[in-house]
Parts: sequence; C-alpha cells; structure tokens
Amino acid sequence: MAAHLSSGRVNLTALREAGRRELREFLDKCAGSKAIVWDEYLTGPFGLIAQYSLLKEHEVEKMFTLKPGRLPQADVKNIIFFVRPKLELMDIITDNVLREDRGRGPQRDFHILFVPRRSLLCEQWLKEQGVLGSFIHREQYSLDLIPFDGDLLSMESESAFKECYLESDQTSLYHAAKGLMTLQALYGTIPQIFGKGECARHVANMMIRMKREFPGSQNSIFPVFDTLLLLDRNVDLLTPLATQLTYEGLIDEIYGIQNTYVKLPPEKFAPKKQGEGGKDLPTEPKKLQLNSAEELYAEIRDKNFNAVGSVLSKKAKIISAAFEERHHAKTVGEIKQFVSQLPHMQAARSSLANHTSIAELIKDITTSEDFFDNLTVEQEFMSGIDTDKVNNYIEDCIAQKHPLIKILRLVCLQSVCNSGLKQKVLDHYKKEILQTYGYEHILTLNNLEKAGLLKPQTSGRNNYPTIRKTLRLWMDDVNEQNPNDISYVYSGYAPLSVRLAQLLARPGWRSIEEVLKMLPGPHFEERQQLPTGLQKKRQHGENRVTLVFFLGGVTYAEIAALRFLSQMEDGGTEYVIATTKLINGTSWIKSLMEKLEPAPF
Amino acid sequence: MSRARADEEEYWHSSKFRAFTFDDEDDELSQLKESKRAVNSLRDIVDDDDDDLERVSWSGEPVGSISWSIKETASSSTSSLEGRDSSLQKGSSSYAAFPKQVSSYSLSSLFKGRNKLPSFQSLSDALSDTGVKNYAPELRRPKAEYKDYSNDWSPKDTVRRMQRGKVCSLERFRSLQDKLVLLDEAVAGHDGNVITAVLIFLKRTLRREILFRELEVRQVALCHLIHFLRETGEQKLLLDLLRFLDRTEEVALSQYREHLNIQDVEKRREFLKVCIGLPFSAEDISHIQDHYTLLERQIIIEANDRHLETAGQSEIFRKYPRKASILNMPLVTTLFYSCFYHYTEAEGTFSSPTNLKKTFKIPDKQYVLTALAARAKLRAWDDVDALFTTKNWLGYTKKKAPIGFHRVVEILQRNNAPVQVLQEYVRLVEDVETRLNLATKYKCHDVVIETYRDLKDRIQLTAYKCKVERGSAEEEKINSILNN
Repeated sequence: MAAHLSSGRVNLTALREAGRRELREFLDKCAGSKAIVWDEYLTGPFGLIAQYSLLKEHEVEKMFTLKPGRLPQADVKNIIFFVRPKLELMDIITDNVLREDRGRGPQRDFHILFVPRRSLLCEQWLKEQGVLGSFIHREQYSLDLIPFDGDLLSMESESAFKECYLESDQTSLYHAAKGLMTLQALYGTIPQIFGKGECARHVANMMIRMKREFPGSQNSIFPVFDTLLLLDRNVDLLTPLATQLTYEGLIDEIYGIQNTYVKLPPEKFAPKKQGEGGKDLPTEPKKLQLNSAEELYAEIRDKNFNAVGSVLSKKAKIISAAFEERHHAKTVGEIKQFVSQLPHMQAARSSLANHTSIAELIKDITTSEDFFDNLTVEQEFMSGIDTDKVNNYIEDCIAQKHPLIKILRLVCLQSVCNSGLKQKVLDHYKKEILQTYGYEHILTLNNLEKAGLLKPQTSGRNNYPTIRKTLRLWMDDVNEQNPNDISYVYSGYAPLSVRLAQLLARPGWRSIEEVLKMLPGPHFEERQQLPTGLQKKRQHGENRVTLVFFLGGVTYAEIAALRFLSQMEDGGTEYVIATTKLINGTSWIKSLMEKLEPAPF
Repeated sequence: MSRARADEEEYWHSSKFRAFTFDDEDDELSQLKESKRAVNSLRDIVDDDDDDLERVSWSGEPVGSISWSIKETASSSTSSLEGRDSSLQKGSSSYAAFPKQVSSYSLSSLFKGRNKLPSFQSLSDALSDTGVKNYAPELRRPKAEYKDYSNDWSPKDTVRRMQRGKVCSLERFRSLQDKLVLLDEAVAGHDGNVITAVLIFLKRTLRREILFRELEVRQVALCHLIHFLRETGEQKLLLDLLRFLDRTEEVALSQYREHLNIQDVEKRREFLKVCIGLPFSAEDISHIQDHYTLLERQIIIEANDRHLETAGQSEIFRKYPRKASILNMPLVTTLFYSCFYHYTEAEGTFSSPTNLKKTFKIPDKQYVLTALAARAKLRAWDDVDALFTTKNWLGYTKKKAPIGFHRVVEILQRNNAPVQVLQEYVRLVEDVETRLNLATKYKCHDVVIETYRDLKDRIQLTAYKCKVERGSAEEEKINSILNN
C-alpha cells in the first residue's frame, strides 16, 4: 500500500506507521461502533495515512462529511468529528449536535478529534453555543508531517504562509518544530541545522528549546539525516510565481494536485470501443493518484515537459514490442513466461495510456498562444528585461478580464524581479485592477503588499540583478532534454531556494555572504550534540542526507530541482523535502486574497 | 431529566471508572443543583491517580476539610471576579469530595467575554440553555486529562502544559507583572493557540488602556490579538486598538472591509460614504471615493432601468433583457453595461458612457475596448465605425485606434462580425505580417490579395489561388492581377 514511501534513502513508512498507531489508539478509546463525520479537507491528508479498512477494523461503520443540518441516521454508539480547529466548522458541529438532541432514536456519544491540534478558541466557541459538554472525548491528532512520497513530507497547512507573513501568527511554525521533533524521535537527532529567514530562525530556536525541555528526548537512534536546512518562503518569493514547466508542475498548475490526487477532464480517458461512436462519454472527472509507486510516473514527473513526449513514445514502442513477443512464444515454457508477465505489462500499458492522455491535455494548453505569451513575459521579467515599466501584455490581460489571480501573479513577479515597482507603475496597475475587477480588491492588494509580493520600490535600488548574477538564477543555454543544471525546471530560471540548498552543500554559504545579506532574514548555523557512539563515520562515496524544510510552501518544480541534485552523480548529497504546504502560484496567491462575498451571479 | 439520568447511569455502569452517584431522586433537584455548584468550586484541586473519594489537595490537606475550603474560598474571592464567585462558594465544603472533572471548565471559561462566573453556570443555567444531557457528559469526562493538575505551576510550566493541550487555570495570575510574564512565556513558545488563550485572559482581566499599552511593546502578541479580534468580529475593540496604536491606515482598511457584510445597497452606500472620511493612504483614498461614487451611480441606474424594463417601452430592454442587476459590479462592467443599454445618451445623464468615462477618468484605451465589445455584441457596426473615425480640422476623416487594429479585429471576430466588417479593420492593421496572418486566418481574401499585390509577391499570390473558391470574384481578381 505504501511501498513507495520506503523507496527513498529514508524509509518514511515508519512515520506513516506512527501516525496509524496514534489513530488506532484514539479510535479504541471510543469503545463500540462508530461513525466518523469528516471535515472534508482532512479526508485527503488522512487518506495518505490510513485506508478505510483500518478504520473498519476499529469499528468505524459509517462515514459522513461535515455539513449543517441533522446528522444522518446511523445505528452506532459513537459519533466522532474529525475536524480542523476552525470556528466556522464549530458552528456546523454545533448545529449537528443541537439537532441530534431534539431528534429521537438511540442515544449516541459525541467526540471531537482536532487535527492537528486542539484549539482552546474552538472549545470556547462550542461552549458559548452550549454544546461543549456534549463531547466525551475532545482530543488532538498531531498530523504534523504527512508522508507524500519516498522523499516528500507536507503538513498540508494551507494558510501557513498567510499566518506567518501577514498575521505574524507563528502557530504553524510551532507545528513544524513539533513535526521535526517527531522526525528526530524516529530518525535520530539531526546534527547540523542551517537556516535562512525569520521563520527558519524561530523554528530552529523552538527545536533547540524543545530538546532542552525534554531531555528524555535524547534518543539512541543512529541519525539518518546529516543536515537540516530551514528555508523561509519569503527568502524566495519569486519561484512560486513563475509557471512550473516540469510534467508534474504543469499538471499541478493546470489541474491542481490535491494530496497526490488529480482530477482530469474525462474526455481523453474514454474507453475506446469500436462502433460506439462517442456515445456514453464519461462525465465524471477522471481521478488519478500520482506518486512514485507508479514506475512510469516516477520516471517522467520531474522532467521538463518538452522531454516527456519522447519518453512516452519510447515506452510505447517497448510495450508494443513486449506484447508482440506472444507471437514468438512457441514452447509451453515460453508461453507460461509470457503469461506470467502479463499483469505487469497490462499495468504498464494502462499507466502509459493515462500519461499519454494527460500529456495531450497539457500540450493543448502549452501550445496555446496565451500560454506562450504569458511565459514570454515571465521569462523577460526573470531575466531582468523591462521590469521597470508597465507591461503591455499585463494591460491586455486586464482589458480582456483574464482571471484576476493570473494578473496578480504577473504583477507580483514583476515587482519581485525589480525589488519593488516604481510608484507610478504600481499605481497604474492598481487602478486598472480595481476598475476592472472591483474596488473591494484593494484589500487583497494590501495583503500582497504586506507580504512583500507587491510593493513600491523604496530604496530606489534594485538588488535583483545582483542576486540573479551571483546565484546564476538565469541560464541562457538550458538543456531541457538532458539537463545539466536545475534551471531546466523553469526552462531557464533556476529556483533561488534550490540554488541556496545547492550552494550550501558545495562550496558552502560563506561564498555568497553578500547575497545572503540582501535576502530577508538572518542566516545561521546550529549544531546538535550527538552522543559519541552515534557519530557517523561516513563510508567513502556515501552521500550525505539533507532535509530541506520549506516554511510557507514549496512547488513541484522546486522538488524536481532538488531531486535532480540528489541524482547527480558527483552531487554527494541526497535530499528529503518537507514543507508546510505544497503550493503553486495560483493556490499561493489565492491563500493571500481577502475572502470576498460571492458575486451575485 | 429522567432520560438524562438514565444515560448517566448507563455510562457509569459501562465505564471502567468508578461511578459517583448523586443521591438524586427526581424531586431532589435542588440538592443536585447544589452538588454541582459545589463540584464547580473545586476546580483547582488535583485529581489524584486513585479513585478514592477522599482527596488530598496539593498543599497536603484533605480536600473538603474546613481549613482547605476556607483557603479555597479565600483565594477565589480575591480573584478578579470576586463578588460573583464568593456567593457560590457557600455550601461547597460539604460536597467537596466529588470527582473533580469540573476543572475542565476553568480554562475554557477564560474565554468568556462576559463577566460570568468563570467556571460554571448554575445548574439552572445549564438546564435552561442546553438541558441536562449536554451537561451530564461533561462530568464524566475521562479524568486522565486533569491528572497532575496544580495550582502552583510557574508561568513557564503553565504555558508548557497548555501547549500539550492540558487544561490550566490562569486565574491565579493576578498581578499585572504575573500576567505579563505569562504572556511573554506564551509568546516565547510560539504556539498561537496558547498565546490567544492568554490574550483572552488578559483582555478580560486588564483595563483596556493597560492592555493596549503593554501590547504595543509586544508585537507578536499584538498581532495575535488583532487576528483574534478580526476572526471573532469584535470590530469595535479592534478599531480602538488600531487607533491607539496610531495605525490609521489599518483602521481605515479594516473598517472599509466591513462593507462586504452589508447586503442592503442603500446601507452599503451610506457606509461607503462614511469610509471616504477615514484616514486612508493618499493612493487609496481616491479608490474608495470612486467606489462610493460608482455604487451611488449604480443605484440610480438600476432603479431607472428596472423601471424601463418592467414598463416594456424600451426596445433595447425588450430585445436584450438584463441578466442581472448592475449593483456592485466593477467599474468596467458598469461601463460595458452603459455602452450596451445607454450608448446614445447625452453626457449629462448618469448612465451615459461618456459621463462614466469622465467621472472615473477611464483611460481612452480601456474605454474604446469596452465600447467596442458592447457595440459589437449588438452588431451595431456603424457605432464601431464611428468609434475609430476622427475628423481633422479640414474635415478629412481618418481611422485611428488607441488599442491597435489587430485587437479590434480580434474583438470583432469574437463577436462574429461578418467578413465585410472584419476586413475593413484587417486592412487597417499596419504591420504587414500581422495583417496577412489575420486576413488569412479570418478568410478576408480581398485583404490578402491586395497585400500580396502591394508586395508584388507573385508566388504567394499564385499559391493563394487554391484557397479561394473556384470561379469566385476573388479568383478573378487574382487572375487579373497576375496577368497585369
């Protein structure tokens, strides 16, 4: 079920196992048959920890989604709410509970499981509604870091960036630190900690403090990770704004990957049957899970999209050749061998069919004129061309009322690539946006300004060119097919965050002190003492393992770039990636937008 | 009542905890009431590991002993909530030996904004608002949570316990000094949940000016309070706080945000009018002013047009019934609407496009694009023509477009303009290559042919012959050019 989690350098199955154990323990506390009422947002992350079968083994008989009104009938002893600690959800629970009281039928016990934390605020809210007392167990399930893949962990905390940089609420950093403590309990103390940014500093401080406060946490596990690198998202605001150009990145940009699943338009996946003439086309979106358990996907996910086509056609040839083999199978032995390989071949064929369809869908978009124009503007900005004046394409997009998020992504990108916009340029964009999309968006623009994404150039100095040149963020000769540098993930732009990781490994940050000072927040190094017996003696040629933790979110393209570094022959470092949330420019900007009333139509 | 009791009994019978049974015949409600009141007053006691009914408090005295209960009463009466508290302490001692799950109330009670008794409502309260059943399970909550509960935790320990989700009473932090130490500890722990809990406690127990003053030098805590007030909608306190901090722009934006919650347009308009006077930044104020003016306009236009539409007199509304009201739409949408329904109106009316353009200083480009889209949608090709026609002082007419004719072509094409109209504008595209591309794409044969003719490109012209219909006028035209 979770074999892909153990495929990497660090076996993350252990983390998943720990999560499952905690879940079982909670379920067993509520003796008897149960129904779970789910906060829908949580079903995705939970799905990565446990399947329904596990719940069923622990007498979960029914599952509902949380919504206002009367709870559905279910002949169970316990009703358990699995929720995030959010006030609006508390209102729904209150409604459920109050209606239950008035109803007839067998008496049921209520419980709440807060994920990832109990919230005093929420409990108070429930109390004010007069229902707090109805809950027998109110507990928390610290689902801090969820294993997504063999080298990828996420907290799936959608608002972490907003909380940290807009509201100065560091709760998600506290969770990150706790998650890291859990990791250390399972995989040993991480001897070296590096970091860049305010939030990184906080997390490191918290880790050190937690360790000091629980001396018992000193464990005797041989450390799996050599280094932890904590990176603030606001050290690199640029990368998520650019359109990702890896296969996985594009799937996410266009369709949005949620908890490793993607929903796709069904047309291209229609089973090809002869003589039906396109009747009965499926209307439900096609849902696919995307992770490294699928051999083909593992191979192509991190490639530049332009290199995916050739792999797919090569695979197609291999598979058809394999199927052809059956004609050559003469002896019983040969036939038997062929048949034994059939299931594997069938799986490979359906995997190939799926990804060919996805690639077609993406190609339709990447070959469109607008995609090209948009990309051209992005690349101009990132390479430092015309970042200081109003851009025609952006104006055109506003005039044509393209989605606001697209506009904001571009304007923010321009602002970041120019260390802030000239006041006149900024005012012009603001005016056009407000006139076209509505004045109330002034609130969103304000948020973006606070987060540093969209701002006037204050110092009158543009640092970006220096940063770009020193860190070699723009590479003119990019090889998309056989990359030799991480810049292939954005077809020219090398993600700043990953460059920092790369330079840390070799030759070390001392070589870029000047640039580090231009980026926001402190950079630092900490060491955690290991008992003598646990100090590592590295075998010759053995790679170091670095955990890179992105505070505020990471994109699939950045992950791809780190995987590329892991696989470099003389790289010397393998990376495991952790984050508060998997993001792309759209989901990220969306999280910063002011929630407005839905339009009247 | 009886059902509730049955539930309770069922629980105790099925539970591994040793049950405590109230001596509660139905007619002995008052006694029960008192018991629970007493239970409540015990909130600060340690719940021992064993289930013995006789308990010893942290200080070593048996719980329920007279000296203990005096001390207990004393400490709570000096708390910030005294008066209300002490009246309920009466008679507590005789019931002091109950299981102490009540402590569960103490923390959550801190959140009460009202000055209610911190730990408990009287049973009658409980009965009246939620019924006994809701109350009952509270008593039987697993005691594990309240184990090692103490009165003596240092601020640091208190914060640490709260971080672990344990229940703690904050009431004993009484002096300002203690409270601030507690707050600083909470902030150092970075757990927003705990910081907020402490803030709510402070908010309830400190004078506003003191709270504000202390938060001013504690930025992290301050941010949390602001966020909390925003979440829970305590707008007034929030604005007071921001004003105190002299964060005037934030006051303005925060107040302006409120308009989103006002559904009634008249009220919303009134509200926006007030917003104009708020201390916005220089750049923002004109936008807020525009927002107000726009809504004011929309209300007038809406009333008028609804009337026109229902009266059925106006042809345009009969032919193209409105899909939605114009209220609260963005400015450009409003301009489109007015170009669609009120294009020919004199500049003096509120709904005329030129008036909108002037009032809101809409740039030429934006105006032309919008007007073009609206008129093209109505297939009013003459209006489109007029939009790009300028007369110079000699009376010559000239075609000019601030947006570039390739864009004009695109918009017309999207609105299914006939080829005759389309090619007129394709012809005006200056860049030859773009013109050829557009002409080929939209089958404006004449333009293609003329362009190749002007370029003297015989090869392309010959090649183009296969794209036009055989025997058509276009074919003839090509032939005649080629023959010349």
